[in-house]
Amino acid sequence: MRGNPEAHELLAPGNLAAVLALLAESPGEWTPIAGGTELMVAHAAGRLDAKKLVSLWGIAEMRFTRSEADRFVIGAGATFGDLRAHAELAAELPLIAKAASWIGAIANQNRATIGGNLVNGSPAADSSPAMLAYDTEVELISVRGTRRVAYSAFHTGYKRNVLAPDELMLAIHAPRRFAKHRQYLRKVGPRRAMAIAKVALGATALVENGAVNEIRLGAASLAPFPTRLHKAEAALQGRQVTAETIETACSELLAEARPIDDIRSTAEYRRHVGANLLKEFLLELGREPVP
Amino acid sequence: MSADWPAIRFIVNGESRAVRVPAMKRLLDVLREDLRLTGTKEGCGEGECGSCSVRMNGELVNSCLVPVLQAEGAEIETVEGLSSNGALHPLQQAFLECGGAQCGICTPGMLMAATHLLARNPHPSLAEIREGLAGNLCRCTGFIRIFESVIAAAGSTRGHRGPADHAR
Amino acid sequence: MGMSQKNRIVGASVPRKEGIDKLLGRARYVDDIEREGMWHGATVRGSIPRGFIRSIRFDRRTDWSEFTVVTAADIPGKNHIQLIVADQPCLADGVVNHCDEPILLLAHPDKHKLRQAVAGVEIEYEPLPPVFTIEESERQDVVVWGSDNLFKSFLLEKGDVDVGFAAAAHIVESEYRTDAQEHLYIENNGVIAEYDAESGVTVWGSLQCPYYVHRSLVAVFALSEDKVRVIQTETGGAFGGKEDYPSMIASHAALLAMKSGHPVKVVYDRMEDLAATTKRHPSRVRQRTALDREGKLLAMEIDLATDGGAYSTLSSTVLSRATLHAPGPYLCQNVRVRSRSWATNTVPYGAFRGFGAPQACFAIERHMDAIAAQIGMDPVELRRRNFLHDGDTTATEQVMREPVILDRLLDRALAESDFYSKRERFARENAATPIKRGMGIAAFYHGSGFTGSGERYLNSLAGVDVTPEGKVRVLVSSTEFGQGTNTVLTQIAAETLRLHYEDVTMAPPDTGIVPNSGPTVASRTAMVVGRLIERASLQLLEMLRAKAALGNEYSRDEFFAACERYRAGHGEVGSLVRYEAPPGIHWDDQRYRGEAYPAYAWAIHVAQVAVDTVTYSAEVEEFWAVQEAGRIINPVLAGGQVEGGIAQAIGYALYEKVILQNGHMANSQMTNYIMPTAEDVPPIHVFFEEIPFRHGGCGAKGIGELPHDGPAPAILNAIMDATGVSFTRIPLLPEDLFAELAPRPASVSTRPVEETATV
Ligand SMILES: Cc1cc2nc3c(=O)[nH]c(=O)nc-3n(C[C@@H](O)[C@@H](O)[C@H](O)COP(=O)(O)OP(=O)(O)OC[C@H]3O[C@@H](n4cnc5c(N)ncnc54)[C@H](O)[C@@H]3O)c2cc1C
Ligand code: FES
Ligand code: FES
Repeated sequence: MRGNPEAHELLAPGNLAAVLALLAESPGEWTPIAGGTELMVAHAAGRLDAKKLVSLWGIAEMRFTRSEADRFVIGAGATFGDLRAHAELAAELPLIAKAASWIGAIANQNRATIGGNLVNGSPAADSSPAMLAYDTEVELISVRGTRRVAYSAFHTGYKRNVLAPDELMLAIHAPRRFAKHRQYLRKVGPRRAMAIAKVALGATALVENGAVNEIRLGAASLAPFPTRLHKAEAALQGRQVTAETIETACSELLAEARPIDDIRSTAEYRRHVGANLLKEFLLELGREPVP
Repeated sequence: MSADWPAIRFIVNGESRAVRVPAMKRLLDVLREDLRLTGTKEGCGEGECGSCSVRMNGELVNSCLVPVLQAEGAEIETVEGLSSNGALHPLQQAFLECGGAQCGICTPGMLMAATHLLARNPHPSLAEIREGLAGNLCRCTGFIRIFESVIAAAGSTRGHRGPADHAR
Repeated sequence: MGMSQKNRIVGASVPRKEGIDKLLGRARYVDDIEREGMWHGATVRGSIPRGFIRSIRFDRRTDWSEFTVVTAADIPGKNHIQLIVADQPCLADGVVNHCDEPILLLAHPDKHKLRQAVAGVEIEYEPLPPVFTIEESERQDVVVWGSDNLFKSFLLEKGDVDVGFAAAAHIVESEYRTDAQEHLYIENNGVIAEYDAESGVTVWGSLQCPYYVHRSLVAVFALSEDKVRVIQTETGGAFGGKEDYPSMIASHAALLAMKSGHPVKVVYDRMEDLAATTKRHPSRVRQRTALDREGKLLAMEIDLATDGGAYSTLSSTVLSRATLHAPGPYLCQNVRVRSRSWATNTVPYGAFRGFGAPQACFAIERHMDAIAAQIGMDPVELRRRNFLHDGDTTATEQVMREPVILDRLLDRALAESDFYSKRERFARENAATPIKRGMGIAAFYHGSGFTGSGERYLNSLAGVDVTPEGKVRVLVSSTEFGQGTNTVLTQIAAETLRLHYEDVTMAPPDTGIVPNSGPTVASRTAMVVGRLIERASLQLLEMLRAKAALGNEYSRDEFFAACERYRAGHGEVGSLVRYEAPPGIHWDDQRYRGEAYPAYAWAIHVAQVAVDTVTYSAEVEEFWAVQEAGRIINPVLAGGQVEGGIAQAIGYALYEKVILQNGHMANSQMTNYIMPTAEDVPPIHVFFEEIPFRHGGCGAKGIGELPHDGPAPAILNAIMDATGVSFTRIPLLPEDLFAELAPRPASVSTRPVEETATV
């Protein structure tokens, strides 16, 4: 334990309004802490810069999953354990439940929140590829009100995002329109559990009249932040899935990916395995009977 | 100095407790230092090893990553609360007989993870056991006898040792 | 009660002696212990791989008057940790030889104050050129240790290799490498020390070898032996990693205790433990082999090098075991093994389960498959043709006087794993799937006990006594750290004395109470110390018969009654015995010839792997281990040793990489030092063939290290079967498989982005 607990203040106002008021009072001074699975690791390592923390844990207004007619609304405070346990969500948007089941292991899933995962903004975050593939929006809140932003526009750089200093992420809106889509998610980590992704790919695609009508490819660890693979998508949009388009899409991925070498893996490996995952998905997609 | 901190109250193994400690003190340290419940261990302090696993309101959590203020009002269960009146919990008995504990340092956390698993799923398959214990690292046993212990405790008859169940 | 039945307790899976305490969470590990008025200690370490210390400054933000500060100047005795060669300073004095070398110690009542204080000590260096690899060290243009960087070398020669090579039909040559491996015991290192001018130094700690720590403390404090007391606390895994380094931590804690006047606890956190303590030696082995037309070995020329790190610590003995295991379990008339251990500027490499044998075994067992591929022979058949048998001589010209049953082990392993039919099936199916499967095998031995004359030098003393409360106690300094010492030794005593398992306990592992039965290493406890306990028990019975009228047949009550009669007439009831070498054991340290080990345990491992060509990751799908390790004292515990060793060795082969940057471990966290989890370990099938060894405790040989020797080569052999590529280095990570297996399209060149992906 390298951090000093006495050097940090932690408040737990217990409701959303009080937290927002606190944030508004002195924007940037308070750091939210939800499940703490990022911040407490930093604390133990003596790298927690935040001196004042405000707890989001146990705030019911943030920990929920609601199904509406056209969407699921997932509270930012929902844990990955909550998401795995939500049968309706798991059935309709299985990539979310799948990603949730890969976050560390059970004890971590019981604490780690989806909001924390997305706000933390690791390029390797496991929920991100699914969030990108499902074309989600994030709802942000402050005393000034709420606003919605496409998740694909949420991250602006390595561990940077569009949140204002007095804002929280309140919820994720996931549209319920992927029942006919082919869906794919694969994480490549150093082992089967308790693994940070070296690379991951989430994808949804709709093939109509023999051609790709809609496709979203969300990648982890192929760029400084979770991102869509727009060039590879463009190479497939409106096309038939053939050996040739697969080849083109994969080379677009190879060209647009900007992975790094670090102690977890190499850029070359990440890029090429990323392309292999795309190919695996597209081969499956190509086999899909045309409705 | 300690009197300066507001009291934080919770229930540990059925008993109400109150501590006056900094709110960012880890639940792990509060259990071990303030309550002298040293059965819960620290192996990494980074959420990776599971030696510090306890149950908080019935959920398995790593106590090294819980600031104690977030445990306010919660019910905490630790390894010390497993046995009753000196009688081993069925999981403890199974670990003893099947060789599920060697050096013993992972054991308290492993027992809490296994308790949590069986509470959710009284007859887990081998794959479910593997998943349920994946956050608890054991460097001694290679896990095999831990799986057998859990199966024995669950009284599961689902053909463990059969090749089909062994294959993942 | 039937007292004459044979083996009521030995061979039974009685529950682990200290098991209930562990399961209730009431076993006391060092960090669970508080002493009255205790302070906490921390270590200020170097940050450069090699250089002179020019100045040490203390920042102004810290109130240093609250702290106790210890430097090398505070050491009353020798500033060296006592091991084979006392070259490692307890605290750096003017010069550092690796990044994590301890320089200065701090203690404070509040442990949270220590981190900032450590950061407040500023050390200025004059850097010297470092050496990081075996190759750099053997070039000797930068000398970082002694006059030539060479810790130790051995030459082992049998016959004349030149004659063998001259007659060869095939010559096969290759080089094999293994990287460092971290023990990753789940309990980090830690010690509590107290100092008292009258009674001296007392330490409690997580450790394997109380008398090693004792010896270092005697030297560091210049105290007489009776003024130093070392007590092992419950120890949460060791694997060799708590063989020598606890002497360092104990010295540090005791120095702080002396200067502060308080008990001091020094417990490392995971980052410090990973970065600063010992690891398995990296190795490079060059194999050059001559065979005749039938695939019989004619000559083996082996050049073996290990990286020993900054100080010699145990490198010479690790090298010795590597040398003796390098030729594998094969008969060959002409063998030359030349081995050297080199100094580099990293943390000293130390003891780790297998102790040089896993490195040597990786090379020879991978090489056997490389040979088979080159000469077009089935690798199983190649091994079978060359196996050692009873009466054969090893490379040290040790005659195999005990039965060698490699063929039987092999047949069983092939049958249990369905080796041939699986291998055929995979070969057929692989072409059509992205998952390539394969089967691989390894055959090997592990010498039990100290090498050569080691046991004779150790001259271990052990015994049993009987307390007035009617308990038999086993008196040894052999420690329990999960491997089963307590259980196995009490089983042996209970069996020999014909008592109940519950009648026998362990005396506390406290140098103030127990004799020096030698270090708890080298798979020697059941075999060597177990035999001492068996002999001491027999001697006790003889004594009770001669002097307390114990009958030939006796009940449990009669036994304890006789003990009380003896106590009334003669005083304390106890029996101590010293090590005696089995007859016919001769060892020539100079020529490296003779009985290298009193006994060998033998094994065949079979691995089934799957290589995913989408992700380039290799996984072990199933594993079989068939072994002969003498009499199995406790089948559940022995099985647990084998499974645990195999899991750890799967990590060694496929997952665990120590990443050194500037000689410092860059991945010193559990999140990026990757050991197999419950989801990664395959089903492991363990089978024992038992041939009791006359000179081992109730027939036992060593089992603890054996299982770590075989998995890495078996797995890489299986990967070769699956992919056709002969990989020669471990750990073999997906990135390495990718480098060999990926189809190479024109690589797209893009600039890597600047940010680092830390999560
Ligand atoms: C052992 C271990 C294993 C892990 N394995 C994985 C893995 O496999 N895959 C993976 O993706 N991740 C993994 N993680 C990281 C994962 O647990 C976190 O990213 C988690 O989802 C973060 O949520 P939290 O609630 O714990 O965040 P916290 O630590 O509480 O907060 C993280 C960040 O988000 C901010 N924040 C949290 N909630 C909000 C909000 N509502 N609005 C604004 N800001 C907010 C905080 O201020 C902080 O900056 C692992 C972590 C550990 C310790
Ligand atoms: S100490 Fe909490 S997970 Fe390791
Ligand atoms: S029993 Fe030692 S780590 Fe699990």
